[in-house]
Amino acid sequence: MALSRLSSRSNIITRPFSAAFSRLISTDTTPITIETSLPFTAHLCDPPSRSVESSSQELLDFFRTMALMRRMEIAADSLYKAKLIRGFCHLYDGQEAVAIGMEAAITKKDAIITAYRDHCIFLGRGGSLHEVFSELMGRQAGCSKGKGGSMHFYKKESSFYGGHGIVGAQVPLGCGIAFAQKYNKEEAVTFALYGDGAANQGQLFEALNISALWDLPAILVCENNHYGMGTAEWRAAKSPSYYKRGDYVPGLKVDGMDAFAVKQACKFAKQHALEKGPIILEMDTYRYHGHSMSDPGSTYRTRDEISGVRQERDPIERIKKLVLSHDLATEKELKDMEKEIRKEVDDAIAKAKDCPMPEPSELFTNVYVKGFGTESFGPDRKEVKASLP
Amino acid sequence: MAALLGRSCRKLSFPSLTHGARRVSTETGKPLNLYSAINQALHIALDTDPRSYVFGEDVGFGGVFRCTTGLAERFGKNRVFNTPLCEQGIVGFGIGLAAMGNRAIVEIQFADYIYPAFDQIVNEAAKFRYRSGNQFNCGGLTIRAPYGAVGHGGHYHSQSPEAFFCHVPGIKVVIPRSPREAKGLLLSCIRDPNPVVFFEPKWLYRQAVEEVPEHDYMIPLSEAEVIREGNDITLVGWGAQLTVMEQACLDAEKEGISCELIDLKTLLPWDKETVEASVKKTGRLLISHEAPVTGGFGAEISATILERCFLKLEAPVSRVCGLDTPFPLVFEPFYMPTKNKILDAIKSTVNY
Repeated sequence: MALSRLSSRSNIITRPFSAAFSRLISTDTTPITIETSLPFTAHLCDPPSRSVESSSQELLDFFRTMALMRRMEIAADSLYKAKLIRGFCHLYDGQEAVAIGMEAAITKKDAIITAYRDHCIFLGRGGSLHEVFSELMGRQAGCSKGKGGSMHFYKKESSFYGGHGIVGAQVPLGCGIAFAQKYNKEEAVTFALYGDGAANQGQLFEALNISALWDLPAILVCENNHYGMGTAEWRAAKSPSYYKRGDYVPGLKVDGMDAFAVKQACKFAKQHALEKGPIILEMDTYRYHGHSMSDPGSTYRTRDEISGVRQERDPIERIKKLVLSHDLATEKELKDMEKEIRKEVDDAIAKAKDCPMPEPSELFTNVYVKGFGTESFGPDRKEVKASLP
Repeated sequence: MAALLGRSCRKLSFPSLTHGARRVSTETGKPLNLYSAINQALHIALDTDPRSYVFGEDVGFGGVFRCTTGLAERFGKNRVFNTPLCEQGIVGFGIGLAAMGNRAIVEIQFADYIYPAFDQIVNEAAKFRYRSGNQFNCGGLTIRAPYGAVGHGGHYHSQSPEAFFCHVPGIKVVIPRSPREAKGLLLSCIRDPNPVVFFEPKWLYRQAVEEVPEHDYMIPLSEAEVIREGNDITLVGWGAQLTVMEQACLDAEKEGISCELIDLKTLLPWDKETVEASVKKTGRLLISHEAPVTGGFGAEISATILERCFLKLEAPVSRVCGLDTPFPLVFEPFYMPTKNKILDAIKSTVNY
């Protein structure tokens, strides 16, 4: 498993490690058992064990990828403020453990579908930094050819179904994907991610009912960062125990800042979904940034709260402590790794900046299937022929 | 309530429609932007009717566009409150509240998110009075939603869905063009005994500043206004697009084309007489809106005017609208019906 993960990471690890690091990513699959920070809370099922099977390889992988995700999000913040990224930008820093833990438990045949906070999930699914920054800046090399933007990342080869702007709309879609997986006997599952704000949408319960009725391999994951934009969960939901909201559908509450807890929960959920049907996972997580770049994130929560979470529960710090305590790397080596990541991100940004914008003719492509006999007309029913400067 | 209406109406004094430009516009007031004008209207609405309520996502602290600032503090959390994230539920709840004789002023955070509530609006709100034989109605319902392009909104923060709602007998659709208009129109919508969908051009929330009278006043619904008189061609539009059209009119004037510009204000039911009278005078019509051209409301205006003014028309009706694509991200400048596109169309229509 470690080796296959290495190859899937090949997009991210673009430079070979120097000899000094050779002891880090060599085929060192010494098994390590990690205890999750908190026990799981279960609803209508038996919670999985707190002991998670891992390896030194995986630990370092986790650290590196999470640090990369964190760096990428911070860089996106600066790019947005420099007006290179326009539109809307919703950042995931603080929540990296969910993306990482989930990837560690599943394969690329399992589908993931999420809402608009999708940069890190895309990276976890095998997307490259170049694709991310190009798409954010609306360039041709972006994963959606520059036509989607921050909220619409997709990766068909890795079964990543995006990237959705309308809150809650992706969950019934996810259940549909699960149906297809079951029908085609793929032995794969679908993770449909949504937030605590979206948990109050009616379509979620419709999708849940159908999934339970037809025993679909759908796993609904509520990334509960406790704030739906600016509204705290207790002000929007009568029952903020999102893992119990499925009523007749089993649920599990997970510490979303602990990558290993997430990994264990997702592994458990996948097995459950394949054997018995839908299950809800509630990831107790936190975002450091505001809802989007237009939101300072401090009008509805105190700075003390944010820094408190950063100090006590930061997912990267936790992995760092584990790496150091298991003597897998020194502080300096980790710092060097972070420096390398910073350079990698800067290089990707520079490369993306050089990429051209999509051609004006792309405005009309892919509205319908090409060559389906339908054309797009400009004003006055005249075809737009001129290329605008 | 009736006395209040009477007082407001008398203050406005409506001369004939061709002199429409000289109504409330002559009164002075404080310069306000669009969101402040709407805020004032909401304050007045809640002040004058103790059974009116404002609710929606995030309205408590003032809303994402600050239209509801100060309302919760002044009128209390029982009358101005936040709802969870569920548009269908919010509008359904509003219909029920209105059915009990209250004024429910619902805010949908962006018009792009109104679709989960579409069923409630079309199947419940629009048909309630009709199917109950006038026993019940939800006339107190007003749905407010910011709509339209904003420069960088992308697919889901820029849509203009007015055409979907204009196809539903039983509701009214109103779109203001400026702060002064917005305040008067919103108060009319809230007090109108029919359910109304009020689209606010979000581009103008901060950009448009106008002198807005501080008192309570209403602008009548279903009355279009000729905001610029001319003889060669009639231009019809609504909302933020009028600013663009006005620029095109000024440019056209330099080339000797005299343009008449009409603000429709109410799209459903729309003022056919004013537009008809204008087109009978000029003989040419151009309609412009941000929504995609196919099936946009311009098509309805075009068809109706054709029926009424066929022999008076000197050229085909021209529609300068958004393109038939989803509202794009980086391509927004190409998609929008810009001043030059309108100017081009004016010239080709006049020279037909």
